[in-house]
Amino acid sequence: MDKDLTIYGESFSSRLLIGSALYPSPKIMEDSIRASGSQIVTLSLRRQSPESQGGADFWAQLQALGLTLLPNTAGCHSVQEAVTLAQMSREIFATDWVKLELVGDEYNLQPDPIDLVKATEILLADGFKVLPYTTDDLVICRHLVELGCEVLMPWGSPIGTGKGLLNPYALNAIRQRFPNITLIVDAGIGLPSHAVQAMELGYDGILLNSAVAQAQAPVMMAEAFKKAIEAGRMGYLAGGMPEKDTAQPSTPTLGTPFWHQAG
Amino acid sequence: MNIFINGNEYQPEQADSLAELLAERQPKTPYAVALNGNFVSRGAYANTPLKDGDCIEILTPVQGG
Repeated sequence: MDKDLTIYGESFSSRLLIGSALYPSPKIMEDSIRASGSQIVTLSLRRQSPESQGGADFWAQLQALGLTLLPNTAGCHSVQEAVTLAQMSREIFATDWVKLELVGDEYNLQPDPIDLVKATEILLADGFKVLPYTTDDLVICRHLVELGCEVLMPWGSPIGTGKGLLNPYALNAIRQRFPNITLIVDAGIGLPSHAVQAMELGYDGILLNSAVAQAQAPVMMAEAFKKAIEAGRMGYLAGGMPEKDTAQPSTPTLGTPFWHQAG
Repeated sequence: MNIFINGNEYQPEQADSLAELLAERQPKTPYAVALNGNFVSRGAYANTPLKDGDCIEILTPVQGG
């Protein structure tokens, strides 16, 4: 019997966290989120525009799903911006969870590891439960854990690239180093096979958005990810066979037909 | 008095405090507010004075990844 995904003491049977952006339509967003089986959905805050009725339709639709909300700080470029946006999110969404994102470079939207640590320290002290989106740097992860993070979210590859796990070695090292921390691969997942690979490494969950929202058939892809993450988790728990460098026949060699003793 | 709301210049009719400005603007709920880059909680609107050149952000829920 597997245990649930645990995030700051809260348990979830689904190990997939899903984003709410980039879907072809609000209906497809809703259907995809439902098909994914996700219990946690990410969202954000932006300037209110009169044309979109202040985002009221989206907010009403998301509330109706009844899921746990994970607000992000996407687009923030400084500690002050991230802290302010987190505080605004906490008031609107009535949650102390925050997916902390701090852009370090526009080219690949790589998280700024130094400011990430600074902002994490401020937000934890302010009572937030921080889920930091980080690079796969073991030492940065260690700093985040030492500050009190119970969850780490290293990237598989840059946001929206769909390239999968560019550095499985680094992700595995983080897993081995922090066996009791909840680890979620966030960003870069493009295909269900990428999610399976992360789960087989022993990761506790996957956070993705574009892989479903920008698929040819988002709702079907959402279900595919649900099954892939379940399969990857089971594969991890079952334990893979030892890898070998040389072939080993699986069919018994004793009694092999047409065998002739060498003269 | 000139202030900036979500990056746009605005001249309030009568807004000595943030609460008065919000009463004038009537943003759609839910929203949260920052003044000059710092969060202002709902309970502090009435006690937050405004001055010329202030930058106000009024944010609302949107899709996110």
